[in-house]
Amino acid sequence: MSQVMDNATQTERLLTTSKAIAEGIAQEMERDPSVFVMGEDVGVYGGIFGSTTGLFERFGGDRIMDTPISETAFIGAATGAAMEGMRPIVELMFVDFFGVCMDQIYNHLAKNTYMSGGNQKIPVVLTTAFGGGYSDAAQHSQCLYGLFAHLPGLKIVVPSNAYDAKGLMISAIRDDNPVMFFMHKGIMGLGWMTPLPSAMAHVPEEPYTIPFGKAAIKQAGDNVTIVTLGIMVHRAMDAAKQLAAEGIQAEVIDLRTLVPLDTATIVESVKKTHRLLIVDEDYLSFGMSGEICARVVEEALDYLDAPVKRLAVPDVPIPYSRPMEQFVLPNAEKIIEAARNLARM
Amino acid sequence: MAKTNSLDAQTLISMYRTMAIIRNFEETMVNVYMEGKMPVFDIAGGTVPGEMHLAAGQEPVAVGVCAHLNDNDTVTAPHRAHHFAIAKGVDLKKMAAEIFGKDTGLGHGKGGHMHLFDQQKKFGCSGIIGAGMPVACGAALAAKKNGKDWVAVSFFGEGTANQGSFHESLNLAALWKLPVIFVCEDNSYAISVPKSKSTSIANNADRAASYGIPGFEIAENDVLAVYEAAREAVARARRGEGPSLMEVKTYRYLGHFQGDPELYRPKDEVAKLRESDPINKLGRQLIEQGAISEGDLVALDQEAAEKVKEAIEFARQSPYPQPADALKHVFV
Repeated sequence: MSQVMDNATQTERLLTTSKAIAEGIAQEMERDPSVFVMGEDVGVYGGIFGSTTGLFERFGGDRIMDTPISETAFIGAATGAAMEGMRPIVELMFVDFFGVCMDQIYNHLAKNTYMSGGNQKIPVVLTTAFGGGYSDAAQHSQCLYGLFAHLPGLKIVVPSNAYDAKGLMISAIRDDNPVMFFMHKGIMGLGWMTPLPSAMAHVPEEPYTIPFGKAAIKQAGDNVTIVTLGIMVHRAMDAAKQLAAEGIQAEVIDLRTLVPLDTATIVESVKKTHRLLIVDEDYLSFGMSGEICARVVEEALDYLDAPVKRLAVPDVPIPYSRPMEQFVLPNAEKIIEAARNLARM
Repeated sequence: MAKTNSLDAQTLISMYRTMAIIRNFEETMVNVYMEGKMPVFDIAGGTVPGEMHLAAGQEPVAVGVCAHLNDNDTVTAPHRAHHFAIAKGVDLKKMAAEIFGKDTGLGHGKGGHMHLFDQQKKFGCSGIIGAGMPVACGAALAAKKNGKDWVAVSFFGEGTANQGSFHESLNLAALWKLPVIFVCEDNSYAISVPKSKSTSIANNADRAASYGIPGFEIAENDVLAVYEAAREAVARARRGEGPSLMEVKTYRYLGHFQGDPELYRPKDEVAKLRESDPINKLGRQLIEQGAISEGDLVALDQEAAEKVKEAIEFARQSPYPQPADALKHVFV
């Protein structure tokens, strides 16, 4: 198995997240003939969000398979093929679309290993794009990773940048369990999205893995802990710069995976800063932010000098119109304000 | 070939008028959508942000079917929905305002272009593939329970015929003899995937046989051919004889969404399709029949352009919702 690498790498090559993911998939396909890709528009198009760019030309239609719009069939088929020893990567374009095939995911993909008493491996990687901020409205802007994390039996990966995305993708493919790989559209480096240069990274050409359940401390600080993931890592880092100018040192934690969740790193940080802000682009209630809050309360309540603060979508579907959408989504300004208030307590 | 002489001139002119409005609206949106997105395209930027799925070329399906409907009949449509909304009589100004994200829009800016709802015209659409089909069954069930001769029409693309909800809805509607007309727009591509790479048979209308209902294959993008087939399907539904399935071979002139690089189809494909444009064709037929003059045709086009211009202007001038309005309307 290849080595785990740190963020400081020996390469100068800058890649977008979509190219890093495609490269990770290609390298695993070269290494392991049981790896193949299925999904809508993953072939000639290269994936609507670029995660299979160039793979069809390189591996052909037998291993990069465009599917009909038949998600119950092709996601169920991924489970079936995996149970026969294949390692399918299966894409369902937008996470908002999973309603059409949930049974195959939450009753089968997620449970067959358990129901077989651990005898059945199901090495499926289920990729999907998520997130809003570009006026794609209520059925194309959700996050929903909290919903899938709620279901036992699925590992939940949510990278924030190109370097992590490649390492986490290779780990996902090699994992013997179902892994859902969430790609925030805004970090992919797509030509038609608002550019986010900080999501590009120096990505080593050779394969490497990043372990699940190991958060990254993007910036150390003593005054307030900001826990987040995906594109909100970048918003939090922007906020941290401004906060530093005001004399508030924020510690920014990028979870990288929700399942497994690196509770230890969060708790360790809270014991140092005594203040916790959770930033989540998903819905507020019954989700990631509540779960992290609960774990910190369970393990480090006595260390908190202020109530835990959560920034998340206030339990409304994502509205289309720009002023309303910007009102409900977390952003750097809201993070600054929330962290500033926490630091004053 | 459709028999044009079986139709009165007023119906033909009315269908021409609606198709002209749709075409003008969609072509206007091509330009409006790019406002504020140049020189560097950013989907989040501009006058109208987000995805934009336009239906230029697909007018005959919407107009030929909806010509048989009234305000009591329900229509469900997919993500590419403007043409269906216009054909069903949805107010053009309110629709444009919704697409602009304005407070005067159909949904006060909550829904946007893929999620247009008009309770008066009984129109709704969804960004989820196949989602409108069960809903149309429900509208038809309600009509049947209430003893009305109202019908429901569900429009969807050919890629949807491989979705579970297609098969479940056809069976349910056939089993319960629901007054539904399932109308498939075959524009050849499910985003980038051609029909031949996604569908095990050539004609989805053949699938009707599996459910014991009539299937109508309309092989040309011709509003009169659609009109004739829909006449029978709608009449059948109104008589209480149950559902039908229609598939119309149509053309998508533009990308799946605006900004689609369209690498999956030959560059000259659309140019060839435009040579047999269905609106031009009907216009010529009207003149040849002596129903209208060249001057009348120009006037119809101008009238369509004026209507669209007014609607776009209304949308531009309308105020945005207040940011905190986002918190309203989760429940009534």
